Amino acid sequence: MRWMWIDRVITFEPKHRLVAVKNVSLAEEHLHQHFAAEPGLASAPVMPNSLILEGMAQTAGILVGSVHDFREKVVLAKVTSATFERDVLPGETIRYDATIERMDEMGASTIGVVDRFSFVDNAWAPVGRIELMFSHLDQNRAGTEFPEENFVFGENFATLLEGAGLRKAGVKKD
Amino acid sequence: MAQSRDEIEAAVRDVLIDALGVDEEDVVETATLKGDLGAESIDYLDIVFRLEKKFTTAEKPFKIAQGELFPENLMTDPSLVENGKITAKGIAMLKEKVPHVALGAFESDPQVTKLAGLFTVKSLCDFVQTKLGK
Repeated sequence: MRWMWIDRVITFEPKHRLVAVKNVSLAEEHLHQHFAAEPGLASAPVMPNSLILEGMAQTAGILVGSVHDFREKVVLAKVTSATFERDVLPGETIRYDATIERMDEMGASTIGVVDRFSFVDNAWAPVGRIELMFSHLDQNRAGTEFPEENFVFGENFATLLEGAGLRKAGVKKD
Repeated sequence: MAQSRDEIEAAVRDVLIDALGVDEEDVVETATLKGDLGAESIDYLDIVFRLEKKFTTAEKPFKIAQGELFPENLMTDPSLVENGKITAKGIAMLKEKVPHVALGAFESDPQVTKLAGLFTVKSLCDFVQTKLGK
């Protein structure tokens, strides 16, 4: 199964903006490795920034895919910039707020703002900013052909998309 | 107000520094986007988006159509490329579609692998200057 790094889509403005959240839990195995205790050092579980980036890529990728009703194979082509200013800890909620900056037949550029909610502080605080570029795989400049089936927005995304009302349950779109 | 050549060059330089993560001193007129500045396929789309944003004003949008700055469909059309070389029809297409690219000696030995070398910082500036003047 594909690793999903967002739990729920909470806001959707067609062709413009999509907001998703993820709850970070100590039940997630990767937190125990990042960073595990070492002799003389206690463990320090934090959500890896690389996976926060993947969460934004999934959020923005769904937004870009939704523009053409998930017919295009949307793939992350470039991390234009990614800056982080705060760690996300277990028990906190990450909010991914993605907007499309520019889009054409070939692909799209997106701007993403990441915040986290701390129940200790009872407040949202900025985590980082991530700018990405997505490519429509079938429109690639090299003219390479890919399978007909849309492996990007396959069954693994169905729950998320249907939960957000972006795709009707039981309707398969290739 | 019309932008001077110096202003256009400075703006194009900013675009390439941001899009390709290169140092300012590397962005010289003769630098090729692929060979010297390390541009990959997605970077060309990034450059197009950034140029549009940079040169769009409240009075006049700066919109670059698909294939207007960088040639499209060249590699997939067998009448344009044959045995690794661009055909006479392909050369004619380049002259018509991307006149900002100086073909020069390429025309007498039009190997596809050398095509990317034609896209320089200067050709980008020429493209922008011509388009702004229209």
